[in-house]
Amino acid sequence: MKGIKIFLTILILALLSACQKTTSALTVMTHDSFAASENIVAEFEQQYHVKVNFLLSGDAGSTLNRAILAKGAPLADVLFGVDNTFLSRALSEDIYEPYVSPLLDQIPAELQLDPQARALPVDYGDVCINYDKAYFEQYNLPLPASLEDLTLPQYAGLLVVENPATSSPGLAFLLATIAEYGEMDYLDYWQRLQNNGLVIVNDWETAYYTNFSGSSGQGAQPMVVSYGTSPAAEVIFAEQELEEAPTASLVGDNMCFRQIEFVGILKGSRQMELARAFVDFMLGKTFQEDIPLNMFVFPANQQAQLPQEFIDYIQVPDQPAELPLESIETNRDRWIEEWRQLMLQ
Amino acid sequence: MAAIDAAIMLRRKSTLIYSALWLLPLAFLLVFYFYPLGTIIVVSIARWLQEGLGGWNAEIIQRAIGFTFYQAGLSTLLTLLLGIPAAWLFSHFQFKGKQFLRVAATLPFILPTVVVAAGFNALIGQRGWLNLILMEIFNLSQPPIAIQNSLFAILLAHVFYNISIVIRVISAAWEQADERLENAARTLGAKPARVLWEITMPLLLPSILAAFLLVFLFDFTSFGVILMMGGPRFTTLEVEIYIQTMHFLNLPLASLLALIQLAFSMLITSAIMSTGRTVMVPIMPKVKEDNLKKPHKFSEKVIISAISVAMGCILLLPLLALAARSLLVQESIPEGSNASGWHFSLTYFQQLFNNPRQSIFYVAPIQALRNSLGYALSASCLSLTLGLMLAGASRTHHLFRRVLNWLVMLPLGTSAVTFGLGLFLAFGLQANAPNWYPFLIPLAHALIGLPFVLRLVEPALHAIPQNLHWAAQTLGAAPRQIWRQIDLPIIWRAALTALVYAFAISLGEFGATSFLSRPDIPTLPIAIYRYLNLPGGSNYGQAMAMAVILLFVCAAGLIIVDHLQLNHVNQPSTQEMNDNA
Repeated sequence: MKGIKIFLTILILALLSACQKTTSALTVMTHDSFAASENIVAEFEQQYHVKVNFLLSGDAGSTLNRAILAKGAPLADVLFGVDNTFLSRALSEDIYEPYVSPLLDQIPAELQLDPQARALPVDYGDVCINYDKAYFEQYNLPLPASLEDLTLPQYAGLLVVENPATSSPGLAFLLATIAEYGEMDYLDYWQRLQNNGLVIVNDWETAYYTNFSGSSGQGAQPMVVSYGTSPAAEVIFAEQELEEAPTASLVGDNMCFRQIEFVGILKGSRQMELARAFVDFMLGKTFQEDIPLNMFVFPANQQAQLPQEFIDYIQVPDQPAELPLESIETNRDRWIEEWRQLMLQ
Repeated sequence: MAAIDAAIMLRRKSTLIYSALWLLPLAFLLVFYFYPLGTIIVVSIARWLQEGLGGWNAEIIQRAIGFTFYQAGLSTLLTLLLGIPAAWLFSHFQFKGKQFLRVAATLPFILPTVVVAAGFNALIGQRGWLNLILMEIFNLSQPPIAIQNSLFAILLAHVFYNISIVIRVISAAWEQADERLENAARTLGAKPARVLWEITMPLLLPSILAAFLLVFLFDFTSFGVILMMGGPRFTTLEVEIYIQTMHFLNLPLASLLALIQLAFSMLITSAIMSTGRTVMVPIMPKVKEDNLKKPHKFSEKVIISAISVAMGCILLLPLLALAARSLLVQESIPEGSNASGWHFSLTYFQQLFNNPRQSIFYVAPIQALRNSLGYALSASCLSLTLGLMLAGASRTHHLFRRVLNWLVMLPLGTSAVTFGLGLFLAFGLQANAPNWYPFLIPLAHALIGLPFVLRLVEPALHAIPQNLHWAAQTLGAAPRQIWRQIDLPIIWRAALTALVYAFAISLGEFGATSFLSRPDIPTLPIAIYRYLNLPGGSNYGQAMAMAVILLFVCAAGLIIVDHLQLNHVNQPSTQEMNDNA
């Protein structure tokens, strides 16, 4: 009967903790890739005498889905991590409370996609093709300068991309090709990529660690759809100290898609003041400077200083691909379905 | 007369207690399985009325259903083909390394798919050890083995995961099969082929069928393997549910697919139940271990070695490749050279204890391991308690037994994504939910482990002759005393095995956990996944190192249990008891 006792103990504990009312806590809902320095969050907690709880809810897409399903009785006060590929879904589901933060002045206008300030830009990063420098050097291959170049025979079988139906960088890359070729011709482009030995996998982990030759997985493809900041991460998380990054990004026009991540106050939050303070805190210089080395994206606030690794190892595209928010929202699901129809037969 | 009346009274009283036993497990199922499932269906219907079935493609769905059956059937046949010789080996021979192989066969069961995929990749990926060695020997410029994103990769991983079910179920039946029947047939002049076909096969058929259906059910609902090893060209129902839920937020369609999958699973489950009625998976075969022979003939030795080596290749090489990957650090590649050097180092294991970024969510891997062990311990105790209660209740109520057994199997056939989201919708939306999320984890794990526990303890409990109980009752023993002095001593080995299985399932569980876990209390599989989410050599290495730790903990548990069981057999008291039984 020991088991029953254990069971009852668990049950009672569960009930007890359910009844417990924690005083003054702010809950921030975000995706699994969220990270921040301990001491910086502690600073906020001390200043406002509040405990900040983070609720990690899967990848960016499923975090938003959960926020939508919990609409009306929000799980959290603040939602961080919805990006521009899903922002219009969040806006049309009406989950945010508008807040015009004074710090928006320090953030470039092109990042502020919601004129009503329901969603405020926190950071941005480019989804780009990373390449294995050693491979290109060894075979004396020129670097592809455009999306079109990738269909050349010399790059046959050298590129691995993620399925846009299951992966966020995969979706971003699909959007880049639509920005470049337009709705009429993008499927034709993908057909030509397919004919040129394109490799498609389901998730970033497989693409990067199994297929990409520039990572420690030592795969077969020297080009992978990843993030523009991955080369810096390769240096920072190297097995041994490295002089230079083993990988770099291809940053030709329309080759990268810029993902912008937003923060917003969830409708129904009962701690508006604190939630606003937290949004200001996230947009403020201290937190913004903490972003790069924790989440490997660029801070939205222009006054934030970048770490040296970001300056040394990261290539920034002059002209990242762009698509209007409404167009993404209306067509996203159809584009993905059409892509699946064509590519996965 | 008075004595008979008293006996009848006692029987009535114990029947009452038995009936009470199924109430708690039933309530548990209602609250933690049917309520979440009902919630998600209600939400889906609401959204369906609101916005229709959304954009969807009948062809993709038809293909998903077709492929789900196709790959499950093929995987299951292959698993049987490789598992049956191993079951023969385990049920007939005593040989060196047997315990080791038995543990090795059970290990895959606990491993999260990310880790298995990494192991297979380290072994037979484009740049895996096998390809590197073959390229070196035969001087090839291209890797000869290419399995990524192929049906073969899916089949291989399914065999790897499920072969232990085949071995366990079939070898248990084979051990119990009465050898005298085969001997008699031989004496009467039957040729070996005829003995096999007319005596052995009919004896084994129910257990083969049971193993087939159980493995089929697993392959049918397989998710991670298809997603990570099969690649995007292969979609099963479960993968389609995941895509529709997580990426399109098309809950009506996802729920519809989940219900289709559940309906098929119910059919399979019913089939399993009906095979289970004719032949229970016997679970007290260890007594017969003494009857196992040591291989004497040369041909026997050759066959045994061949089967052992084949099993070793399938089960151990991917794990060894994984271990090697966590211990070998790549040297920086010299300019212009294609060769890469490796050297042995414990760096990754040492790095596990650093928190270089002072990150808020950093949880020391040792702490993640402790969390995992805590969850697994409470989940397995809970599973065992509920399983024993159900098994006890079903001893007298045959209708209940059938219905409850069937209900208990349902979570196995339910889409993990749907169930996870259902749990979230049912319990996650309460105020303060994040505080008690962690308590849902062992509950969910217990639910997933329950069918296994029941399949293991029920036959053992039912094998106890009823007249032992009647005798004890007549002699005035209270139900509790009967339980302590008769039932428990007989079934404790089966219970322990069940406990270990439930424990292992909990340790490796990823799907439901990812819906419920809190960032400051991650389990080991969650922590592994987190490391794999970042680029950089040391992140990859540390993920591998944690997988190896998970592997060792589970192997240690399995070895301990194996020892306990074997030692117990040699004690005369059990021997006597089993002889009586």
